[in-house]
Amino acid sequence: MPETPTTLATTPAGADAQDREFTVEQRSQFQLVLRRFLQHRLAMVSLVVLVLVVLLAYVGGWLWKYEAGQITPDNSQPPSFDHPFGTDAVGKDQFAQVLRGTRISLQISVMVALLSTFVGTLWGAVAGYFGGVVDSAMMRFSDLVLTLPLIAVAAMLAHLFGGSWYLIAMVIAGLTWAYVSRVARSVVLSLREKEFVEAARALGATDTRIILRHLVPNSLGSIIVNATLLVATAILTETALSYLGFGVQNPDTSLGLLVSEAQTALTTRPWLFYFPGLFIILIALTINFIGDGLRDALDPQQRKVRQ
Amino acid sequence: MLAFAVRRIAISIPVLLVAAFVVFALGTFAGNPLDPLLAKNPPAPPNVIAAETVRLHLDQPLIPRFFSWLGGLLLHGDFGPSVVSTQDIGAELGSRLLVTLRLIALAMVIALVLAVLVGVITAVKQYSITDYSATFLGFLFIAMPSFWLAILLKQAGIDFNVTVGDQVLYTIGASSVPPPPDTWDRIVDILGHMVLPTISLALISYASWSRFQRASMLEVLNSDYIRLARSKGLPRRTVLVRHGLRTALIPLTTVTALDLAAIIGGAVVTERVFQWKGMGDFLLTSIQTDDVYATSSWLLLSAVFVILFNLAADLLYAVLDPRIRYA
Amino acid sequence: MTEDLLATSKNGAATDVVLEVSDLTVGFPSDDGLVQAVRGVSYGLRRSEVLGIVGESGSGKSVTSLAVMGLLPGNAKVSGSVRFRGKELLGAPEAELNKVRGRNVAMIFQDPMTSLNPVYSVGFQVAEAVRAHHAVSKAAALDRAAELLELVRIPNPRQRLDNYPHEMSGGMRQRVVIAIAMANNPEVIIADEPTTALDVTVQAQIMESLQLAQQETGAAMVLITHDLGVIAGQADRVMVMYAGKLVEVGTAEDVFYTPRMPYTFGLLGSLPRLDRPSERLTPIQGAPPSVVNMPPGCPFTPRCPLSVAVCEEVEPALAPTTGPEHLAACHRSDALIGATPGDVFETDVVDTEALAHFVTETEGQA
Repeated sequence: MPETPTTLATTPAGADAQDREFTVEQRSQFQLVLRRFLQHRLAMVSLVVLVLVVLLAYVGGWLWKYEAGQITPDNSQPPSFDHPFGTDAVGKDQFAQVLRGTRISLQISVMVALLSTFVGTLWGAVAGYFGGVVDSAMMRFSDLVLTLPLIAVAAMLAHLFGGSWYLIAMVIAGLTWAYVSRVARSVVLSLREKEFVEAARALGATDTRIILRHLVPNSLGSIIVNATLLVATAILTETALSYLGFGVQNPDTSLGLLVSEAQTALTTRPWLFYFPGLFIILIALTINFIGDGLRDALDPQQRKVRQ
Repeated sequence: MLAFAVRRIAISIPVLLVAAFVVFALGTFAGNPLDPLLAKNPPAPPNVIAAETVRLHLDQPLIPRFFSWLGGLLLHGDFGPSVVSTQDIGAELGSRLLVTLRLIALAMVIALVLAVLVGVITAVKQYSITDYSATFLGFLFIAMPSFWLAILLKQAGIDFNVTVGDQVLYTIGASSVPPPPDTWDRIVDILGHMVLPTISLALISYASWSRFQRASMLEVLNSDYIRLARSKGLPRRTVLVRHGLRTALIPLTTVTALDLAAIIGGAVVTERVFQWKGMGDFLLTSIQTDDVYATSSWLLLSAVFVILFNLAADLLYAVLDPRIRYA
Repeated sequence: MTEDLLATSKNGAATDVVLEVSDLTVGFPSDDGLVQAVRGVSYGLRRSEVLGIVGESGSGKSVTSLAVMGLLPGNAKVSGSVRFRGKELLGAPEAELNKVRGRNVAMIFQDPMTSLNPVYSVGFQVAEAVRAHHAVSKAAALDRAAELLELVRIPNPRQRLDNYPHEMSGGMRQRVVIAIAMANNPEVIIADEPTTALDVTVQAQIMESLQLAQQETGAAMVLITHDLGVIAGQADRVMVMYAGKLVEVGTAEDVFYTPRMPYTFGLLGSLPRLDRPSERLTPIQGAPPSVVNMPPGCPFTPRCPLSVAVCEEVEPALAPTTGPEHLAACHRSDALIGATPGDVFETDVVDTEALAHFVTETEGQA
């Protein structure tokens, strides 16, 4: 800083003055997002619960004394110390069954989220990036997929392909990608017009730089939030399909299939019905809360109040 | 406005045609109607299979088969041959449509009214106990598998009847067989059958719509024009209803229309729980029996409903939002 | 000044102060602590006078006026007093406030593009303001609306009544907002940066409409802006705000010709002047302080070329300078007597760090 001697000027003490100016700690974008997410109490609790459920399903299922499908001498037992979730009519330990069902259901829904996010983001981004006829044609197709009732088409396709868990996941993902494509396209479209992208372009930034430094980081938020919520959608779709008889087939199992098998036992062996149902709710609920927390953390503007 | 409507309707026609082809192809690929015959033991004689192949137009390639199906449908109202040779797909769909439609329509109306009410109240009382409880309940319903909730409600209905000592709520079927002779009794009977399925179908849509309406209302309440309206000295109620709600309702039309497909899917599940002989049962049976024309017809009918409903929502949107009307 | 005003109102004599703000403080809770947006602001607005409030973004000038209207968000912590003709507005029930809003005190907002409801016609929105306080028929209210639109110089006002906001330009929309503010001949109009969001060419026209509105209604006006040029031609008195406090108050002449606070000095020095084209512009270094966890002392100290040890410890209070009505909050206001901005602020300093950053950014992309 060049010193210009003036009659009155007394330069303020450098470092001291700086300290006085910035009384609030500076934070990076990532720190801000992380901080806001950590402060979202419900989302944090949900994350802990979900992690515990996942651990229980994978590690707990492996440590548990009964194996899923193993027939024990106790049949139709209500929950006890030996069988926390009770047993079914032939003596299968429901706790082991629920843990296995959770594993399959989680595998299906995570695979659905990954597949449909990948395909949908690509589809929507390409449509939004090229615009014009390509965009219209591609998005009309997405709209068409959304016009058809997911459960109905999934049931048809599952009937055709059969009931292994990854095929079920592919069938569901083959329909849910259309939701993602709409989100991805709208994000890309709105970002393309943003001032900071134009500013970067005006500064001579290349397309690659614009995409990597501006489009990707800014759209990542919505995509991640969406992918999270898709896990919940997928788990519910899978359970509904299994209930209708088009999902995972015996001897394999899923939470949906367990509830479906237990519906006639609601009055006689209610534990068979409630525990897998509660696990479905627990997983879907925590994932939705986490998604909500992520959305708030990534888009703080939504939280402002004026009224 | 008229030009907008005409243009919007014109766009729907090719969409409907493409949709018809897609659902026909889907239905056709999803099953082979001869499978049950071939799987028979002893196998059906070749001449029976040949006759069935011709009757179901399976000898034709996909494209001509589609056009003859579509032609028959548009010109004669013929939905194509069913694997059950005595069944008229069109007539069956027609009678079942009435059953399902009253379930869907009532559930949607209830869900919408509740969602708007709760969405507005929770937005106005943001971060209050009311808001937190409604939000938590909303999340809970969103996370609940629809059939699980329906089965619980069904059980609750049975328990209720036992407590009252009379059959007030029905848990099986869409109406009693045979129906009561008196018209008034028949209405009460149908309503008694509708209560539980309608509630279970409505709760799922209600949950996500009330969340959406809350967000939409919050966005409007935080807008500059609400501040200007308040600065005019308008009563709080006027600001909230005339400037807040009126504007915040607009986006809900689109969401409702987009969700129709999901509600139809939800109705399939609900009908299964309460054992209604409606559209859902028709679809599931058709898929199980590889009745390809029936499956395609079902899909086409639901696609037509969704597309027409979206068209209506778009037109309503234009009526509600002047910015669209003149664009 | 505060004591002065309180004295007149206590006397109960025919005071000509219509709006009296005393010791107004506004805070917003945040993750980092309470954001003290306004820290003890007092002023009196006299009948028909134009009072300019100047300051950078974040200095608390808009929050002050929103607090007067009772339009702050629910989480705002407000204390002090706001009286309209002796009637306390702060903490008054909503129904009481609604009798005053729009009727006695009207407000014009910054962004005309978002201030009007997109789903109602312009005529409806102006007529609504009339009907909020007068029991007249819809037709009569629309007649009045047309009249108002004509007053703010909107061509073909009758036809324009049926227009929707999106069919109008930003300048036209701001005229509609001004018409709404005028609708009930209020005694006070608060204009919050009314020209900031508009094209330079339109700004002068809007200022003209505002002046007209003020003359037509005889209202006193609070004109909030960060642009001294806008204030210069309009305001009778000027208040300068910095970090939530008033730092200089006086007649327009006092403040423009004999400023007694280095910040005002800096603001004037950074304003291009056609009457003295040879002078260099003098920027103020740095940025306004954060109003969370404020350190003691004068908040302008880090940017002030005149600061001395006491500035870091004691925050100065407003005190009379050139006259009893000309107040400044500065330990060193005497040092400014006879000085020019060029003497106080360096004219050719550049933010070398920012420049270096800019160079690396652009080079990295080439």
